[in-house]
Amino acid sequence: MTTPRKLRPVDAVIIGFGWTGAILAKTLTDAGLHVVALERGPARDTAPDFEYPRIADELRHGIRGELWQPLASETVTVRHAVNDTAVPYRKYGSFVLGNGVGGAGVHWNGMLWRASPEDLRFRSHIQERYGKHFIPPEMTIQDYPVSFEELEPHFDHFEKVCGTSGSAGNLRGTLRSGGNPFEGPRSDEFPTPPLPAIHAAQLFEKASAQLGYRAFPLPAANSSAAFTNPYGVRLGPCNLCGYCERFGCFLYSKASPQTTILPVLAARPNLEVRTGAYVTRILQDSSKKRATGVLYVDANGQELEQPADLVVLSAFQMHNVRLLLLSGIGTPYDPSTGTGVVGKNYAYQMCGITTAFFSEDTHINPFIGAGAAGLRAIDDFNSDHYDHSKVGFIGGATIYAGATGGRPIEQMLLPPTSPRWGAAWKAAIRRHYRHSAPVTLQGTVMSYRDRYLSLDPTYKDKYGIPLLRITFDWHDNEYRMAAYTASKMEEIVRHMKPQTQATLLLKPGNHYDTRIYQSTHTTGGAIMGSNPVSSVINRYSQSWDLPNLFIYGASAFPQNIGYNPTGLLAGLAYFSADKLKGSYLKSPGPLVSA
Amino acid sequence: MDRRRFLLGAAPVGLATLVTAGCARGPGVQGHSYAPSYFRPSEWEFVQAAVGRLIPGDGPGPGGVEAGVPEFIDRQMELPYGHGSYFYMKGPFHPDSPATLGYQLRFTPREIYRQGIEEANAAARASHGIDFARLEAARQDEFLESMEKGLLAFATVPAPALFDQLLENTREGYFCDPIHGGNRDMVAWRWIGFPGARADFTDWIDQAGVKYPYGPVSIGGAHT
Repeated sequence: MTTPRKLRPVDAVIIGFGWTGAILAKTLTDAGLHVVALERGPARDTAPDFEYPRIADELRHGIRGELWQPLASETVTVRHAVNDTAVPYRKYGSFVLGNGVGGAGVHWNGMLWRASPEDLRFRSHIQERYGKHFIPPEMTIQDYPVSFEELEPHFDHFEKVCGTSGSAGNLRGTLRSGGNPFEGPRSDEFPTPPLPAIHAAQLFEKASAQLGYRAFPLPAANSSAAFTNPYGVRLGPCNLCGYCERFGCFLYSKASPQTTILPVLAARPNLEVRTGAYVTRILQDSSKKRATGVLYVDANGQELEQPADLVVLSAFQMHNVRLLLLSGIGTPYDPSTGTGVVGKNYAYQMCGITTAFFSEDTHINPFIGAGAAGLRAIDDFNSDHYDHSKVGFIGGATIYAGATGGRPIEQMLLPPTSPRWGAAWKAAIRRHYRHSAPVTLQGTVMSYRDRYLSLDPTYKDKYGIPLLRITFDWHDNEYRMAAYTASKMEEIVRHMKPQTQATLLLKPGNHYDTRIYQSTHTTGGAIMGSNPVSSVINRYSQSWDLPNLFIYGASAFPQNIGYNPTGLLAGLAYFSADKLKGSYLKSPGPLVSA
Repeated sequence: MDRRRFLLGAAPVGLATLVTAGCARGPGVQGHSYAPSYFRPSEWEFVQAAVGRLIPGDGPGPGGVEAGVPEFIDRQMELPYGHGSYFYMKGPFHPDSPATLGYQLRFTPREIYRQGIEEANAAARASHGIDFARLEAARQDEFLESMEKGLLAFATVPAPALFDQLLENTREGYFCDPIHGGNRDMVAWRWIGFPGARADFTDWIDQAGVKYPYGPVSIGGAHT
């Protein structure tokens, strides 16, 4: 084996150039550091990669996933239980992984939620409200070591970076009609107003009000107006084009690293972005107290060593965990003893859908929609916004209404009585396509002792390096949460007065199914906590083991929330970036004593 | 002039209009010959016959064959997709894993069709004495249903795997942009009322619940 060529040292190396990589690249180059960002996928920008009309191609992007990580090169393996043999996730289904500059931030929905205040101290909150023994022993949920109040300015800043459209429900402690009454106090209004509700969302809004629930515009990183963000980057108004999630935005409306941060970085001489750079290991010194840089394979297949004083690990949640395990950083989690931390507390989201099938004089126009703008949601049954003392579970779900494009290969909604093919299918698609609407629940998943991430013993990536292995299945708490919130969702849909309705929901006995798209909100494995025995990183996203390694993304979440993760993970990244700027760069070292 | 027309101005609108005018009302299959590149003659017959039952041409609405679905599938077979390049195809393979863990066969889409069609025709000959494509429509439907439900046992490719591959690709070819060879003249989009690559609803943001009046446009600039 040849020795990798050693490159000239830099101040900081960034692994993965999606949302958090871009946030840290800005912070570190602002501070004058010489930064190299390594992105394994290709360079991508609005022009030419997301240009109209070629982007409006459902088969190419929505089904084949041209913007996604090619699974042929690297995937994960999945098993349901600790003693099962995992098999590869060979085709896309359950979740889709990003690839290239911008990462999954290119093809996300743009649902930009903050966490609820109690989400950030969930274990303590539940114990205080319901008693010490309310949390089952196998449930390994933890508090975040950072509060909503500390994160709020950073949530606010990121919403402004994204030109987020929405309506405040709690402005500096004053509840305001039209917004989410359950949100924590926000210091400022949304930067742009919400887009009007699409028709399905209008019907949902009205039905929710009849039942006493408070629907509001789903916070959308789909700008509703021309907007200049705090970095001077301009976004344009969303036109509800229907090619949003799974696609790059051709209109500069959906926030992505490309449309919000990267234009500012493009001309910086102290930032170099290397695409096609596949990081295989984070290097440590012999004392294992300090990261010394990274090893990567470049676009020509050449193995290179990039020394750096500071290492930023900002790949997707799963890739962060895999790279830690491959690099031997931290103690791998062991489910038999419950000890170790790397790979611990993997969680997902529990989803369900009720479809309303209307008469032919109700024009849903499902093709008019965005990933988030135009939708309406309720937060009444999420987090601990309601009394859990008698429901038999903890957690909950947001419930939201409206299609995101009605793209017919993926999003054709038919009653369960319709056949899958033949003349009757052909009749059903005409009858229902324009007149059906989905209402969705996106629910929490708690963390458990027997749900975790590790390296697979058998399957390898294209370089012969072990794949990440997911050990995951549903627990009773989640089935009960889904059944409860789905009963609320079904009640709302009945009030929308469809001719018929049908619900897809996981029930006890249904295993985690990797074939069906549910959510790309995979979390945990490199969680944040108050000490190195129970977590991988401290409140500033700094590794307990290597103080010059910072780890960003949903890998930090100790359990999963009933919201999309981007708002929270960006808030955590900006909170950390502030501390890096204010303290760490002046005096590198541990920011929290272990 | 709306923004959409302006954007479409960049595409060869003259040509697109000509094509649309010529084909808009007639069944797309007329005057359109296509020689398959991947499928062999007996396979091509099978694909056309199967697509013709999955989305039949009789009754209201366009059938799969006239929408160009077989051409779409053949073209896909020559692309990286057909070769399985989108999938993790390294072994070992555990085809008996729980179905919930997803596709675990060692076959690429090309192999599923090549091997599966041969085995399906062998099964049709064993039970009916003739290839699938030669069966009457009602027998073809029964045969497809048996494949779908796993009531037929093929030698290597599980019958439901061939069926699922066919159905998935048939729906893709029916609803995709015509640029891929299917949904010829946007017939499937017009049938369901999907405006295709229009991708601009600025004028409908304030008209929720009102029937959308415009027909589809395609990436290539065709419109109705």
